[in-house]
This record gives sequence, C-alpha cells and structure tokens, in this order.
Amino acid sequence: MSALLSLSGVETHIGRYHILHGVELGVPEGKTTMLLGRNGAGKTTTLRTIMGLWRASRGEIRLAGERIDALGTPDIARAGIGYVPETMAVFSDLTVKENLILAARAGEMDQSRLDWIFGFFPPLKKFWLSRAGTLSGGQKQMLSFARAFIEERKLLLIDEPTKGLAPAIIGALIDCLKEVKRRGATILLVEQNFRVAQEIGDSVSIMDNGRVVHSGTMAELARDETLQHRLLGLSLDTHQ
Amino acid sequence: MSATDTDVGAALPKVRVDYLPLLLPLLLAVAAFPFIPSTSTWVTLTIAGLAMGMMIFVMASGLTLIFGLMDVLNFGHGAFIAIGAYMATLVLLPLAAWMQADSVWLNLAAVMPAVLFAIVVTGALGLAFERIVIMPVYGQHLKQILITMGGMIVAEQILYAFFGPQQIPLALPTSLRGSFQFGEAAVEKYRVIAVLVGLAVFAAMLLILNRTKIGLLIRAGVENTEMVEALGYRITRLFVGVFMAGSALAGLGGVMWGLYREQVNAAMGGELMVLVFIVVIIGGLGSVTGCFIGALLVALATNYAGFLVPKAALITDILLMVLILLWRPRGLYPVTSR
Repeated sequence: MSALLSLSGVETHIGRYHILHGVELGVPEGKTTMLLGRNGAGKTTTLRTIMGLWRASRGEIRLAGERIDALGTPDIARAGIGYVPETMAVFSDLTVKENLILAARAGEMDQSRLDWIFGFFPPLKKFWLSRAGTLSGGQKQMLSFARAFIEERKLLLIDEPTKGLAPAIIGALIDCLKEVKRRGATILLVEQNFRVAQEIGDSVSIMDNGRVVHSGTMAELARDETLQHRLLGLSLDTHQ
Repeated sequence: MSATDTDVGAALPKVRVDYLPLLLPLLLAVAAFPFIPSTSTWVTLTIAGLAMGMMIFVMASGLTLIFGLMDVLNFGHGAFIAIGAYMATLVLLPLAAWMQADSVWLNLAAVMPAVLFAIVVTGALGLAFERIVIMPVYGQHLKQILITMGGMIVAEQILYAFFGPQQIPLALPTSLRGSFQFGEAAVEKYRVIAVLVGLAVFAAMLLILNRTKIGLLIRAGVENTEMVEALGYRITRLFVGVFMAGSALAGLGGVMWGLYREQVNAAMGGELMVLVFIVVIIGGLGSVTGCFIGALLVALATNYAGFLVPKAALITDILLMVLILLWRPRGLYPVTSR
C-alpha cells in the first residue's frame, strides 16, 4: 500500500528548542496509523508540523507525492487535510451551526453528510443553535470531529481525541472513527489510550525523543508485550 | 461543565445573557440626574455625551477588531483619525459655498464626497501601513508599540509639513447648524446626526459580524487564528481587510470629530487615542459591543463630570477605567484570551 503522507528527515525547532530530530513516517492510504509515545515524545509537534502550524526546519513532507512542507497552513488544509487538535479549538463564541459553516469551506453543507454526523453525535443536532462555548467537553470534541468530517478530506490528523473524556463519549467517538475508516478514510491518530489505539489502528509508529523508533502493524505490537513495555514504558494492563 | 460528563446528550447549562454592562450607560445617566440642576441641562448633557460616545465608538471599533483579530497594538491608529479629518478639509474647503448654502442637497453634495474621500484615503493608507509597517512585526508587541508610535509621529509631522501648524477651520454645513428644541432642552442637530451615524455603524458591524461568512471568520479569528487557518482560510487576507476597514472607520471618526469641533489639527489623533484606548480596554479587547458600551460610558462620564466638577473631568475616564477593571479585569465583554 502506497503512503498517502510521508515524512522524511523532518526536524522542527520551536524557538531555541530542537523538538523533532529527523522524523521518518509513512501513512498508508485508506488505513489508520496510530502515533504513540510517551508525553513529550514529539507526537503533537509532528501533527502541527504536518499542518504547517510549526515550520519544519529540515526534511520533506509529502502528501500524495507533492511536497507540502513549504506551503502555508491554509494551503495544506486546502490540499485535503482535516485537523482535530488536542485542544479541540472549537470557536466558543460561534454556534454549533456556525462552526460547521466555517468548516464546510466549499460552500453549503451536504445535508446527507450532516445527517450522518448527527447519527453519531445527536447532541450536535440538539444544540445546533447553541454557542459552542456552552457545550460540555465531550460535546466540544464531537463538534471538533464534525468539523473535520463535514467535507471529504484526503487525510485526517487527530490529536488525542479521548483525552479527559468519559467512557460513554469515548465509545461514540470510536464508533464514529470506525465508520470513517470503513468509508476508506486515511487517518493519522495520536492516542495515549492503548486500548483505543488497538481497536482502531491498522499500523503504528512509536515516537521517542523526537524520532520514530518503531513502525509496524498494530496487531504485532498488540501481541508483543515486551515491545510495548520497552517502547511505551508501560505494560498493556497499565497503558490504558 | 467539565470534560468528563458521562451523558453525551446532557442538557446545556442555562446561558446567562450578560445584560448588566448594557445597562451601565442608562444607570450612569440616571445616577447623574439628581446632581444636575435642571432636566433640560441633563437632557442636553446626555445627548452631548451620547453623540461624543458614538464618535469615539466609530474611531475605536476598528482598533478593537484589529487588536482582537490580529493581536496588533496599533498606537498609530490616531494618525488615521487626523488624516481622515484633513482629507475632509481638502474637499470641503473648496466647496465652502455649498456648505454655506441653505439647501440640504448642496450641503450633502459637499459632505458626502468629503466623507467618502476620507474613508477611501484612510482605508488605502491602512493597507499600506499594514503591509509596510505592521507586517514585519506580527507577534512582537514591543516592536509594534515602538513602530506604530513612530508611524503616528511621522504621520503627524507629514500633516504639519503639508498643511502647516495652524488649526484648519471646518465649519458645519448650514443645515446641521442650530438645534432642536425639546421643551426647555436644546439639542444640537449635529449631535443627533452623530448619534444616528454611530448607531448605523454599530448596526452594520453587528450585521456583518453575525450574518455573513466574513463576519464569522472575523469572530472565529479573534478567538483562534491558528484554527481558522487550519480550516483552510488565508487569515492574512482577512487581516488586511480588517486593518483597512479599521483605518477607514478611524478616518470617518476623524471627519465626524473635526465637524463636531469645527476645526482640525495634526495633534487631534494623538489626543483622541487616550480616549480610544480607554474605551477599547473598558469594552474588552476584541468586542464591538463592549467598545460601544465603553464609548458611551466614557463620553457620558466626561460630560457629567465636566459640568459638575470641571477640575475632576481630566481624571474621570481613568477613574472609570479603574473601576470597571476592578469589577471585570478583562473588560465588559472580553472576547480574546490575550
């Protein structure tokens, strides 16, 4: 399977800090790649560098063979990348509807797609005209997902979607991700919850100290507790 | 509500609409009433305060959007106020005969082109200022303060060089002279016009911000520029547009203020900037509604204090700002978290 997104020797500096030290990463088309690693390993920085929110100081980032590392963030998004940041970053002063109007860049929202989103996230329909700032944490995450899914994207970058959320909400998010996967989406997903990663991931890359130190299939990693312990620092029982 | 709610469809908490700041100008006016010796004087002072407030709002509204969206501290905003007023004189002085005519239409034929010319020139200069002066210092507040203050001084000196150091008289058109009589209270016609123009600008801004996609982008950008870009919008174009609009509004405010004072001078922008900054801070950075309420509060307080305790008038605005910030440290309606 060819890589839709590839990073080659990517380095990122934030101020005087050298965060990414030559990241090598491939995200196969139509698959879900999990990006795992300890806190501070460089996972969020990798996603932000792909989005152009922090500039890569060295290396190449290619989407469908085209270099995107020199593009600005808006052009990277227009190239077909949807981004769900760790902070959710919904626009609190705008209503749920207005948040989605902005996300549907092409113009009118596709009603069938909207109905599909409402199917997974009923609160978004219920609170359609409510300000996003009044939503609960889980509902904000649903809105953040909906913004990424409201239009067809080539690639979805999702950063720790289950962080701090209750199991019921995590379940809804996982169901949604599985359906998005089933429809053939390509996803690069940062996740701390190993059980969630196991459930969704096809392949996995593990980062440590700003480098990818392991790449393989999720099934292999799930079987190998020693590898999990060595690379993630925790056994399967505790890493959830 | 916390991020760990278990009910995914949990009802939203009741949104408390924050009406209190909206009532403040009314409360201030009512509070001042017993101290003013006559009702007619109170009416005159109140209308004068409202008119002054609207003019300050027109000047300040652009600045609050520029700060909210672009995170730019533009101390040069006052230059556009002065330039707007001077541009109006360029049109109005040659058309003095039309201004002095008894015909409303001739008056309008002089004033409207002057206003449009001031708006176009200040908007265009705003574009140049943003591209040449502001763009290199995005994200660097100290440099922004220094370079925009420098820009303000340079603009002031250029006005002196072209127009001379003397004040330029800017007479009101004949149809706007005089006053309406409400019982014993005399209300100047121009002040009523200023209130109407201010309300029209406020309504137009609310309409654009709440009913158009550009408005949504501005509101979203005030909150999180990074996410707006991550959705595929080129926010720099929005920055330029907002900066031009903000500068043009300052120019319009300058024309209104020049006609109000019936004179124009190069230092007027710098003098008004103190009031403009107080209004923007009181209102909450980035908030147009906050800016509107702040402008009314500042102007009403200035007028009442100027009448009751003239010596205290100078410190009234600072005192008002201190009191508001003690009550709400981020202003009446804060939008940005900056």
